[in-house]
Amino acid sequence: MREVAVLGVGQTKFGELWDRSFREIGIEAGLEALVDAKLSSSDLNALYLGNMASGTLIDQEHIAPLILDYAGLAGRHLPSVRIEGGGASGSLALHQGYLAVASGLYDYVVVGGAEKLTDVPDATASEITSSAADHEWEVVFGATLPALWALLARRHMHQYGTTREQLAQVPVHAHAMAARNPNAHYRNKLTLEQVLGAGPVAEPLGMLDCAPFSDGAAAVVLGPLETARKHTDTPIRIAASEVACDTMALQHREDITTLASTVEAARRAFGRARRAPPDVRVAEIHDGYSISALVALEDLGFVEKGRAGAEFSSGTFGPGGRTVVNPSGGLKAQGRPFGAVGVAQVVEIVRQLRGEAKDRQVPGAALGLTHDVGGTGATSVVHLLERGN
Amino acid sequence: MSIARFWRETPRRYNLGGSKCSTCSTVYFPPRSVCPHCTSHRQSIEKMMPFQLSGEGEVFSYSVVHEAAEGFEMQVPYVVALVKTVEGPMLTGQVVDVAPEEVRIGLRVHATFRKLREEGKAGVIHYGYKFAPVEEPGEAPAARGPSVPVPKAEAAAKDRATA
Repeated sequence: MREVAVLGVGQTKFGELWDRSFREIGIEAGLEALVDAKLSSSDLNALYLGNMASGTLIDQEHIAPLILDYAGLAGRHLPSVRIEGGGASGSLALHQGYLAVASGLYDYVVVGGAEKLTDVPDATASEITSSAADHEWEVVFGATLPALWALLARRHMHQYGTTREQLAQVPVHAHAMAARNPNAHYRNKLTLEQVLGAGPVAEPLGMLDCAPFSDGAAAVVLGPLETARKHTDTPIRIAASEVACDTMALQHREDITTLASTVEAARRAFGRARRAPPDVRVAEIHDGYSISALVALEDLGFVEKGRAGAEFSSGTFGPGGRTVVNPSGGLKAQGRPFGAVGVAQVVEIVRQLRGEAKDRQVPGAALGLTHDVGGTGATSVVHLLERGN
Repeated sequence: MSIARFWRETPRRYNLGGSKCSTCSTVYFPPRSVCPHCTSHRQSIEKMMPFQLSGEGEVFSYSVVHEAAEGFEMQVPYVVALVKTVEGPMLTGQVVDVAPEEVRIGLRVHATFRKLREEGKAGVIHYGYKFAPVEEPGEAPAARGPSVPVPKAEAAAKDRATA
């Protein structure tokens, strides 16, 4: 197996991009990544596109050749494939691109993630994205995606004494970080009082505990590490790309305060890279809901089970902390265009490892992690990235 | 949702029909065709037997939902819970016949047959299980419906037949 490097990155602004179409944002991110990698389109071998729900969100399936076409590549008849795994679609696409380059079958591939959520009303977006949960045995009985995460939150509070205030620290942190990210959906600061006082969505979670519905796209170019220096002075090596799955519905898990898929993906990733959680200086983790981030910190091994609420509140994961979490603002504040999230996480980590993150730069970042979740954890994807030598 | 798609699940949604592995005796709901617990789960193929859940259980976790799932808009705020049944499987369902603020982890409940939602004015009406608190001994009987009411669809059909 060959070593794989990220050679280029690109990302659109995240938010309510009413003046831009799905194909426009998809292409913008891809071309930016291609230029960043100093590649021309004739060098490419394949395209992988992460997307959760274009069929219901914009009435368009078969989007992989669509993006390929409008990127001007249809005449080369490249293989272009869409990958779907709920909110984890983007990082699943990255995993496929990684496998293709690692295997030696392809040399250069573009991995994109794109989603257009604001072409439908919020209630429709909520219904569509809740289909990442088990429709027949959860949603039919009145559960939504935030309600399922609320069940997890309530249980975490019950078992470990996690408090409502500790949960509320997560969005406060996210907005503080996103204030320095020009691509972020929300750059306003939030106070604890605002989070606690926001209208309830699914108790104990309120409106400001939940990531927004955003439009956006992100892309990376992958290639073999051995020739990466031809394209960039700072190749970023993919030290691990691991996917793990679990039961579709929350109700079938023995312990709902942990995502076993995340635990397993992290265990495999750290094993493959021969590294441990304390080695990670910067991480982009799933904070679709405030509780998601706390559970992720525990499941990824950054903090002991049940301790994330207290540790997070004490600043362990903030600027200057041991591991800086979600410098982009995460799903909560950078935004949540479902299929684009996992790729955008990698874009941020690559910028951090290259030292190009400007005023949100985490000093001394040499190893970074991304963590992406589909539904309530039926799929988790963990990537470890490090500065190539 | 098409009529067939809901109708084909009625044995489970109306009557809590699950399955039990005849090798390791683990009970599942909804029914499964292979047993995830058996070490070599091939041995469970064609050995999963039908099993009827009693509907008794207790609240394992819950949320008071304010932003409703589709078709539940008229019911907010409503409680969605994970109910751990006495037979083992956990079910997701609403908790009704109790004020949301009185629901707690550990509350003993039993399944009750109710209308879940309707698809607009002319659409299909979905029925299935919800959960209601079990009356503790000595507790005054509350003003609530029978624990296993006649399915409304059948009652309505009977009305039409006799009219």
